[in-house]
Amino acid sequence: MEQREFMTVDGIPVEINGEKNLLELIRKAGIKLPTFCYHSELSVYGACRMCMVETERGGLEAACSTPPKAGMAIQTNTERLRRYRKNILELLLANHCRDCTTCSNNGKCKLQDLAMRFNIEGVRFPNTAPQPQKDDSSLCIAKDASKCILCGDCVRMCNEVQSVGAIDFAHRGSKMEISTAFGMPIAQSPCVGCGQCAAVCPTGAIVVRDNANRVWRALDDRGVKVTAQIAPAVRVALGREMGLREGENSMGKIVAALHRMGFDEVYDTSTGADLTVLEESEELLSHLESGASLPLFTSCCPAWVQFCEKSHPELLAHVSTCRSPMQMFAAVIKEQEKTSSRRQFHVAIMPCTAKKFEAAREEFRVDGAPNVDAVITTQELIRMIKESGVVFEDLEPEALDMPFGMTSGAGVIFGVTGGVTEAVLRRLASDKTRGGLYTAALTGVRGMKGVKEARVPYLDREVRIAIVSGLSNAEALIQKILSGEEAYDFVEVMACPGGCVSGAGQPYSASTGKAERGEGLYAVDRVSSIKRSEENSLVQSLYGDVLKGRVHELLHVNYTKDGGHDA
Amino acid sequence: MNKLTNRDELIALRKECAGALALETKRVLVCAGTGCVSSGSMRIFERLKTLMEERNIPVSVELAHEPHGQSVGLKECGCHGFCEMGPLVRIEPQGWLYTKTTLEDCEEIVTRTILCGERIERLSFQKDGTAYPKQDEIPFYQKQTRLVLEHCGQIDATSIREYLGFGGYAAFETALFDRTPDDVIDEITKSNLRGRGGGGFPAGRKWAQVRRQTEPVKYVVCNGDEGDPGAFMDRSVMEGDPHRMLEGMMIAGIATGAQEGYIYVRAEYPLAVKRLRRAIAQAEELGLLGDNILGTAFCFTLHIARGAGAFVCGEGSALTASIEGKRGMPRVKPPRTVEHGLFDKPTVLNNVETFANVPLIIARGADWYKSIGPENSPGTKAFALTGNIVNTGLIEVPMGTTLREVIFDIGGGVRGGKQFKAVQIGGPSGGCLTTEDLDLPLDFDSLKKAGAMIGSGGLVVMDEDTCMVEVARFFMHFTQNESCGKCVPCREGTKRMLAILERIVEGKGEEGDIELLLELADTITATALCGLGKSAASPVVSTIKSFRAEYEAHIREKRCPAGECQKLKRIWIDPALCKGCSKCAKACPVNAITGQIKQPFSIDLSQCIRCESCIATCAFHAILEG
Repeated sequence: MEQREFMTVDGIPVEINGEKNLLELIRKAGIKLPTFCYHSELSVYGACRMCMVETERGGLEAACSTPPKAGMAIQTNTERLRRYRKNILELLLANHCRDCTTCSNNGKCKLQDLAMRFNIEGVRFPNTAPQPQKDDSSLCIAKDASKCILCGDCVRMCNEVQSVGAIDFAHRGSKMEISTAFGMPIAQSPCVGCGQCAAVCPTGAIVVRDNANRVWRALDDRGVKVTAQIAPAVRVALGREMGLREGENSMGKIVAALHRMGFDEVYDTSTGADLTVLEESEELLSHLESGASLPLFTSCCPAWVQFCEKSHPELLAHVSTCRSPMQMFAAVIKEQEKTSSRRQFHVAIMPCTAKKFEAAREEFRVDGAPNVDAVITTQELIRMIKESGVVFEDLEPEALDMPFGMTSGAGVIFGVTGGVTEAVLRRLASDKTRGGLYTAALTGVRGMKGVKEARVPYLDREVRIAIVSGLSNAEALIQKILSGEEAYDFVEVMACPGGCVSGAGQPYSASTGKAERGEGLYAVDRVSSIKRSEENSLVQSLYGDVLKGRVHELLHVNYTKDGGHDA
Repeated sequence: MNKLTNRDELIALRKECAGALALETKRVLVCAGTGCVSSGSMRIFERLKTLMEERNIPVSVELAHEPHGQSVGLKECGCHGFCEMGPLVRIEPQGWLYTKTTLEDCEEIVTRTILCGERIERLSFQKDGTAYPKQDEIPFYQKQTRLVLEHCGQIDATSIREYLGFGGYAAFETALFDRTPDDVIDEITKSNLRGRGGGGFPAGRKWAQVRRQTEPVKYVVCNGDEGDPGAFMDRSVMEGDPHRMLEGMMIAGIATGAQEGYIYVRAEYPLAVKRLRRAIAQAEELGLLGDNILGTAFCFTLHIARGAGAFVCGEGSALTASIEGKRGMPRVKPPRTVEHGLFDKPTVLNNVETFANVPLIIARGADWYKSIGPENSPGTKAFALTGNIVNTGLIEVPMGTTLREVIFDIGGGVRGGKQFKAVQIGGPSGGCLTTEDLDLPLDFDSLKKAGAMIGSGGLVVMDEDTCMVEVARFFMHFTQNESCGKCVPCREGTKRMLAILERIVEGKGEEGDIELLLELADTITATALCGLGKSAASPVVSTIKSFRAEYEAHIREKRCPAGECQKLKRIWIDPALCKGCSKCAKACPVNAITGQIKQPFSIDLSQCIRCESCIATCAFHAILEG
C-alpha cells in the first residue's frame, strides 16, 4: 500500500495529495489564505507576499511558491503574519484610489475585500494615489492604471494563457506600470478583446466596458421595440451572484426578468447557433469534398477571429465564412422586423467581451446601422437586474417569445468547449438515433481540457478534428499545423479556456465553477426535446422564408485582414 | 596563431612566452584601470612609447613572438589598487611604484629611470617625510595579500601570451588532463571557497549540485553586474586579469559538465567589456575555447551579455532572465538556479572574484588555500575603499583581517585628520559598522553576526561630519530607485521609508517615525521576494541601531548633529555684531536677508538656501552657523 503523507497546517494534519504548493494544500484545509497574484491556471509569480506562512522554526515562506513536504508544520495565522499582511495592504492602499463607492468593481474588488477582512482602519502614509489614467480606446475593456496594484495577473493571462502579449510591465520600482508596447492605446495593440485580463484583475484597473446605459435608454423609449438574444453560456453563470447554484440553468428566470424590465421580445442565441451548425456543416462538407483550405477553423468566437486577423492573417482563408450565432441571429431578426412600425433595438446578452467589438464591426452593419445595437455581458445583466429592483430568486420562469423562440440542445452546448463540434457531428452523423447522440458525445469532444482531438468516420473517410480553447493552445496547434507536424480537417477554437462558460463577461469563477457551468449546459441539452439543429422547425422555416436566396448575404461574412476596424 | 591541439603544445607555448618575458629585462607597467585611465594614464603610455622609440630603445608593447634580444616591456596593466595616487607606473625589475605621474614626467622616466636605472624621488610615494620607493614597502600594500589581484598591475591585461608566460591556464590544464570532474569539485569543496558575491554560499556545493543534474545542457554564468555604490573589485579583475576569470569559468565547465558560459557584465564597464571580448577572442584563437579543446572531448564557449545597469540584475534569477532577453526581475524559488537557471537549464552562477579564485585553488591545492584566513571563511577578499579615507583604492586582504587594519593601516585612516565615525560595508544591502566594531574580523560569519554583510566588498568610510540619517536616506534612495517593482513590500515599502527619511532630513520628522521605519523595515526584510529586497532596509536598521540619538535630534530638535543636512543648517546674524551694512543682503541670491541700514539684519530661514554667500561677504563675522 502506498504510504500516505501528511503535513500540519495550524496544528491540524492535512494529507498531501499532489498539491503543487502549500497554498493549494492550505486552501484544501479550509483556510482562505489571502492572495492577489495567485491563480492556479497562471504561473506562480509570488509578488504580493500576502500568502506568507510561518514554519516551525519561525522562518517565513510564500505559500504559493513552496512545495509541500511530508512532516512539515506551518502556521497561517500568527501575530507576525497578520501584522505583515496588514502592512502590505496598508502600503497598497496608500497608493491606491480609494473612491470605492464609485468604482465599477465595487463589491468585487479583492483589495477592498482584504482590507475589510484584515480590518484596516487607517493608512499611516500620505495618500499618493495617482490621478486616473484611463485607456478606453477598446470597445471591450477599459484600463485605469491608477487602480493597478501590479500583481501581474493580467500580464500572465495575456501572455501565458492567451499568447496575445498585448500588455507587459514597463519601467521599474515604484514607477512600474502595466503597459502596451510604447504605451499605445489598447485598441491599436495586439489585444483581441477576450477580456481575460479583466477577469483576473483583482481591482478595478481593467474592467469590462459597460453598455447598460444604452440598453436602459432604449428600454425607456416607447418608440423603440427592444429585442434580446441570450447566449447559451449566460444561463448557467448567474448562479452564485443571484443566490443560485453555480451552473444552475436560470434561463426562464432571466427571460422573466427581461420581460419585467421592459424587453419586448426575448430570444435564445441557440437558435442562431442552429443556423451556424447547418451552415458550417455544409461548408465543412464542401471543403472536405474539394480538399481545399483544410483545416476549416470555426468562426463563432470573435476574439479568435481577431487573433487570426492580427497574428495569423495567412490563415484567414481557412476561417469559416459563417457569421457567429449572434450575428446570424441578429441579421435574421433585423431582417424579419424590418417592416415593423417601431424602431428596432436589438440587445445581445453575452458571456463575452469580444462580442462588443464584433457587434461594432463594419461587416455587420446594414446601411450603417449595426445588426446588434448593444452587447451586454452577464455581469452587466446582473447589475441591470439588481438596478431594476426585480427580485430574481422570486421570479417564476417564463418562456421565450415567438416567432423565434425555438431552440435545440445542439445550439445550447455551443457555450462550452467542444460544443460546436459536437453539434456539427450530430448534424453530419448518418445515425440519427439516440445512440448516435451518445456516439457523438463520446468521440472526445467533451471535457474542459484545453486541447482535445477526435477522429470521426464520415462516409469513406475519417474526419480529423481538433478542439482548442485558450489562445495559447490555439497558437501551439497552429504552429504544429503550419510546420506540418499535425493535419486536421476541422478545428474548433474558443479564445477563453473552457469556452464561452469561462468568458470574461461572466461573473468571476474558479476553474471548478467553469466546469460546473459546462455541466449545466449539457444538462439543458439532455432535457431538450430537439437535439439536432436540423430538427429545429423554426430554422427550417427560415430557410424557406426570410433566408430564401439570401443565405450568403445574411449568414456569411468574409473577414479580410483590414476588415476589422476598431473605434 | 595556430590553434593548440594538445597538451604539449600548450606547455611549449607557455615556455615560449615565459622565455619572451625573460628577455624583457626592464618593464614599465602603466596602470590601465578605469581610475588611472580617467586621469590620463593612456596618454602617459603613448608618450612613453613615443619617447622610447625616438631614442631607439627596443620597446615591446606586446610580448614578442620571436624576440630579438632584450627589450623594455611597456605594458597596459590592470589596476594597481592605489587609485588615490594614480596615475600609477610600476618599474621593474626594481619594483618601484611611481605615483601621480604626469605627462611632463615621461621624459625623465625614460632618460633617468629606463636608461640609467635612477629613481625619481618626487614620483615615489611619500608619507610623513619617508619615501617608499618600492611598491611592496608602501604601507598600503604591506598588509595586503594579493592573490586574486596578483596579476593586476603586474602583467599586460590585454595579452594572453603574457598570462601564459606567468603560468596561465596551468590550472585549467591540470583540471582537464590530470583530474576528473569529481576531483575538481572535491578540491573546491575541500577548499571551502565561499561565493564572493555576498551570500557566501560554498562554491563546491553549488558545483556539485549542478553536476548531479541529469539534464545534458548546462551553463556556467559569471555575475559581473557589480552594482553597489562604491564597489569596483570585480571591474578591476575583469579589466586587469580577464584570463584568470575565464580560466575559472572553464574549470567550472569541466567540473559541472557545462559546455557554454555567459559573462554578465554591466554596459557601464566598457573597458571590462572590451578586455573580456579581447580575452575571449584570444582564447578562441588559441583553441582554449571552442570545440575539442586541446584535443580532448571538452568543448566550451563563452559569451558576453551586457547588462543595462539595473542593480536588481545582480540577483541570480533576474540576471539569468536578463540574459534570456526578458525583463530583469527575480523569480520565486524553488526551483533554484542550480536546477533551472539560464534558459531553464542547470546553471552554476558565481561572481567574478569567486571564479578568479578557482585557478589558484586548483594550482596550489585546497590545503594551501585553507591556510589563508579563518577556517570557515578561507582565502582572501578584495575590498574597494572609498569615502572619507586617505587611501582610496582596491585592496585584497586575508579573510579575518580586522576592520581597523583595513581602514587605518592600509587605508591610512580618515581623511583630513577627522574622527572615524562609521563604515558602510556590503553596499546598500549591508550595514553600518562603528568604532565598536573596528576589531571585528572581516569574514562572512563575523559580519553576519554584527548585522552587516561582506556583500561584494565595498567599504565606504564615513567621518564625524557624516550624518547617518543622510547616509540611510542615500542608500534608501538607491534601493528604492533600483527596486524592480515586482513584490509589494520592496516596491511600496522602500518608497515609504524613503519618504519618511526625506522628511526627517528636511526637519519635518515626527514622533513615531523611527518606530514606523523599523516596522516597515521588519515587514520588508521578512516578506520581500528576493535577497536584495530582504536586505533593502539594512542601512536604515543598522544606523538606527547605532545612531538612534542622531535620528532623534533630527526629529525632536530639528538639528543635524553632524551638520550635514542642508535644510537643518541654521544660519543667523548676531545682532550684537551686525553693523547693518546690507552687504549680506545684496550677496544673498534669494533675497532671504532683510533689514534697515545701520540696524541688525536678519535671515528668513524659510527662504535661505544655505549657500553661505552671506557668511563670506560679512566683514564683521556677524553671520554664524549652528
